[in-house]
Amino acid sequence: MEKKAGKPQISERRRFLTDIAYAGGLGILGGLLWAGYTEKAKSSPLTLRPPAALEESEFLKTCIKCGLCAEACRNRPANIDRDTGRPRPGTLKMAKAQDDVTIGTPYFIPREVPCYMCDDIPCVTICPSGALDVAKVTNPKTGELDYKMMDMGLAVVDPNSCIAFWGLQCDACYRACPLMDEAIRLEYDQNKRTGKHAFLKPVVDMDACTGCGLCEKACVTEKPAIFVLPREVALGKAGDHYVKGWDKKDQERVGNRVGKDVTTHDQRSEKAPQDYLNSGSLLGE
Amino acid sequence: MGMNRRDFLKSSAAAAAASAVGISVPSEVQAAAAKGEEGWRWDKAVCRFCGTGCGIMMATKNGKIVAVKGDPAAPVNRGLNCIKGYFTAKIMYGADRLKVPLLRMNDKGEFDKKGKFKPVSWKRAFDEMEKHIRKALKESGPEGVAVFASGQYTVMEGYAAQKMMKGGFRSNAIDPNARHCMASAVVGFYQTFGIDEPSGCYDDIELTDTIISWGSNMAEMHPILWSRVSDRKLSDPERVKVVNITTYTTRSSDLADFEIIFRPQTDLALWNYIAHEIVFNHPEVIDWDFIKQHIVFTVGPVNIGYGMRRKGEKSLTPVREDGSAGKYTAKEMETIRKEMAKEVSDLEGPALAPYGYHAGDVMKNRPGTLKHWMIAFEEYKKSLEPYTLDYVAPLVKGDPNEDLEAFKNKLKALAALYIEKDRKVVSFWTMGMNQHTRGSWDNTLSYNVHFMLNKQAKPGNGAFSLTGQPSACGTAREVGTFAHRLPADLMVKNPKHRKIAEKKWRIPEGTLNPVGNQHIMKIHRDIEDGVVKFAWVNVCNPYQDSASAKHWIKAARQMDNFIVTSDGYPGISAMVSDLVLPSAMIYEKWGAYGNAERRTQHWRQQVIPVGQAMSDTWQWVELSKRFTVKDLWGPYTLRNGKKLPDVRKAAEKMGYKPDTTMFEILFANDRAKKYTLDDPVAKGFDDSDSRGDSRNVLGSDGKPFKGYGFFIHKYLFEEYAWFGRGHGHDLAPFDVYHKVRGLKWPVVNGKETPWRFNVKYDPYAAKHAKEAGLKDFAFYGPLAKKLPHGDLKGVKDKKKTSLANKAKIFARPYMDPPEMPDQEYDTWLCTGRVLEHWHSGTMTMRVPELFRAVPEALCYMNPKDAKKRGLSNGDLVIVESRRGKVKVRVETRGRNRPPQGLVFVPWFDERVLINKVCLDATCPMSKQTDYKKCAVKIYKA
Repeated sequence: MEKKAGKPQISERRRFLTDIAYAGGLGILGGLLWAGYTEKAKSSPLTLRPPAALEESEFLKTCIKCGLCAEACRNRPANIDRDTGRPRPGTLKMAKAQDDVTIGTPYFIPREVPCYMCDDIPCVTICPSGALDVAKVTNPKTGELDYKMMDMGLAVVDPNSCIAFWGLQCDACYRACPLMDEAIRLEYDQNKRTGKHAFLKPVVDMDACTGCGLCEKACVTEKPAIFVLPREVALGKAGDHYVKGWDKKDQERVGNRVGKDVTTHDQRSEKAPQDYLNSGSLLGE
Repeated sequence: MGMNRRDFLKSSAAAAAASAVGISVPSEVQAAAAKGEEGWRWDKAVCRFCGTGCGIMMATKNGKIVAVKGDPAAPVNRGLNCIKGYFTAKIMYGADRLKVPLLRMNDKGEFDKKGKFKPVSWKRAFDEMEKHIRKALKESGPEGVAVFASGQYTVMEGYAAQKMMKGGFRSNAIDPNARHCMASAVVGFYQTFGIDEPSGCYDDIELTDTIISWGSNMAEMHPILWSRVSDRKLSDPERVKVVNITTYTTRSSDLADFEIIFRPQTDLALWNYIAHEIVFNHPEVIDWDFIKQHIVFTVGPVNIGYGMRRKGEKSLTPVREDGSAGKYTAKEMETIRKEMAKEVSDLEGPALAPYGYHAGDVMKNRPGTLKHWMIAFEEYKKSLEPYTLDYVAPLVKGDPNEDLEAFKNKLKALAALYIEKDRKVVSFWTMGMNQHTRGSWDNTLSYNVHFMLNKQAKPGNGAFSLTGQPSACGTAREVGTFAHRLPADLMVKNPKHRKIAEKKWRIPEGTLNPVGNQHIMKIHRDIEDGVVKFAWVNVCNPYQDSASAKHWIKAARQMDNFIVTSDGYPGISAMVSDLVLPSAMIYEKWGAYGNAERRTQHWRQQVIPVGQAMSDTWQWVELSKRFTVKDLWGPYTLRNGKKLPDVRKAAEKMGYKPDTTMFEILFANDRAKKYTLDDPVAKGFDDSDSRGDSRNVLGSDGKPFKGYGFFIHKYLFEEYAWFGRGHGHDLAPFDVYHKVRGLKWPVVNGKETPWRFNVKYDPYAAKHAKEAGLKDFAFYGPLAKKLPHGDLKGVKDKKKTSLANKAKIFARPYMDPPEMPDQEYDTWLCTGRVLEHWHSGTMTMRVPELFRAVPEALCYMNPKDAKKRGLSNGDLVIVESRRGKVKVRVETRGRNRPPQGLVFVPWFDERVLINKVCLDATCPMSKQTDYKKCAVKIYKA
């Protein structure tokens, strides 16, 4: 090759190696981005889905992100603004990139817009993929849609910030609850400090509550003292081996244990009997 | 000593809690609490809202209210509040608070009714008011100047307004929104006891065995009292019984042992049923000793109409062939014509039989009258004959889906609770019994039952009328800001009473107008008739709160008149007005309220008003500067021909000149000036009216307002209190109220009175009983205590006998309301409130948390009724009556669960102006509108 005066020449081989390195770097960078991105395949565990949604992992596999549910929600007749004649924001939002929810899937934030549990449940009936399963909200006896079968989450009361637990007369959540006296009851207690007033405390019934969030919306505290969480987050689990003897219905809670897998394993029972017995040094021998 | 936040909270709470139960707190802890709140000034006040009258304390810093706490020392609530009280720190700070006077003007800056509102100075505002008042007086005399007054006025504001209106303008066209709230209860008290206000107090709750709630939703409307009822129930759940008697299921039903859902209006029959049970089936429980000593039996006429417009009134003329009349459509006239004559229905026939009417008869109605006369017990017994269980149960049963036999058992259980010997019973009611075309009757019927059983005016026993507004008692009723009243139960039509007021006010004898018939609905109707040309709205919202609203709004907007609204926030009445004035709100002025248990409570001004806002007291006092003896005290001839004499010569004899202003006579006089500014009770606190404030508001003369130079609030209170002292209405001295958490009047020798008329607790009762030789009770109220005699059909012996110290049991029948559901308008409409919002929502709708909790008024409907009409929960519907319609969302799952055939719509939402739909029928005796029943049709919007 001729040597040109000034700029040093870059050989073909060097260029090739540089290009490879460059492409590799891009690939790695892209891969890092993609890996980070696909973390969004999982939503925040606090995500609340529309009514009749399949269990979350099934839901994510089934939902085709068409947005028909959100549209049906927004355009329902009860959502028309009485003054402008145009729809107000609906309950269901389609997740965007910056949300803590898998992009394109529907969810809702009760404090912003709760679910009004329409009699005709338009979001579920319009879902083409079955990610919102209409069977989950259809009464098996009557064949009719039943909003009381919805299970979007569970309302939870924080007794520290709920002013009704302070003794004040609030219960805005109770009066806002569409399943009043079923999902939220009032528990009456004497206020011993004053000696003549009563606490009227809101108490959530975990079976009746549908997680619609009208309570959270109505709550008058700065940060709502009653709020909806997905059931898996809100609830503990007592265990299936013990049935409440005084409660005939408790059998339903535990179902029927089959006789398999009853063996318990823990740190103490790790070692086989002979290994344990033969390994012990009792007297520091 | 240093302290972390947790310790501070603990020590504050401990200190507050300890003082609530009277435990002394180590000074160390108290000092720690005080230090933590450095910079915050705490002072006591009362809640702005309902008649419960909770005590609160306000913290101010940098001229703003920064926090509120329930007052742990207040006996009513001991530190607790409902969520309206919880937000009292926020109610004055809505972004759209009125700050400057606003006048409708054209482009040339002239007043123009069709113009848009533009800001003007206070001087201009008063110039316009003066001009239009002069015009109104010229065209219609004192009857042309009207004031929509309020049960939310402070005592001082109410007294100032009353003095200027009645003493200055000689107008009795001043009537409060308490007319819509408590008037029937007041007539009930006057007719039964001869004096206003309940005999018992809230302590009855802790002492009773039974709480019966009639037409009252205490759980939402008197939440702290409901909290006390709940505690009482919990303290002895087996013995204590709670019953909710209502036209639809409310939250009060939750605590109740059982609820009785009744057909609207039939509470009249239900009270009579209980009386029937006593007299016919359990006569042994009647306390004849008590009755013989303390009770007479009485009756009044039944053909008293329904308080609607009468034939011949200007706006009902001419009568046209198509059925319409004047400004009223044919449809409206379908109901209104019943005012003149009505065919007795099958439902009311049996009840009216003892009075000489039968189903099918045409009852000719005379205007409502308070007349009544004494009858024998046998006549009273005759009046109760129709109320057998078989007549009453199907009449009263309000839920078409409820089993009649089960309903009968409930009625029997209710009567049994009253009758049970040694069972103490308190009957509470609020609007269900008062907002009623026979509300005065309904109120007296409650006392009938309690009297026969000797369960009245005793601890834990009594019929107790609950007041809705924070000062319907303290201001409207006690100060007397009603068309027909003067302070402390004095009446304008009584010449002796007028003389007392004239003497105290140092105005000539004959100044006061004896004709006081312009109650609120009459003021609206007089505006529509073109008689009232000037109307001033004070602390209320009459264009949202009055039934048949379209008529009044039209009259205000389209006719030749001048409407002024003074308010904190711009609402419907402001929009209807020609001039809007910014008013200082509750804690921006010195004030006093009186709650439902006769507890008068005072507060000091906590902060300076926003913008250019000034108190209603100031507005009235400034207005008084514009009018002189010459202007107002000449002769007038009233509509009915009665003449008001020329008192200007008499004024001269008293030392007044023709150009002496009402200000000098009524407000800045020598007695007022004795109340000096250096009064220790005011030390450290603002008083914008007495001393001016740092804003240097340009006042009614265009110059900076520097205060009146004397303690005007103390003057107004003390002068007003004089009227009641020694007459059963005794109030403590002004200063005392700033030391204690209110006192229940009469306050005699520093002691408050928990149970009136009871010799053991009421010094007046003790005195009168001794003088009259009575045991245990003296019902010493003086009004209507000389009556003629007769029977159920009329007066037979005109000679009047005295019933001094006695109370009355009234014979009063069930009668239908004037409008009931029919083919076209097939549903009952009932209206009322919700806990979250107060009245017309001008304050609470501006608290974001309360707005978010309940952003709009809903139409609560039975789900079966919704299904029948093809409606889903949340659908927009039209609720339409003969008078107007509104668009509203249906709620089938809400806090109120009506039976089929009835809907409930609250009135706090100006976008759902339900009073366009409601009927302006009133109790013809009390003139209180019946908002609880009219007929509507409902269809999809």
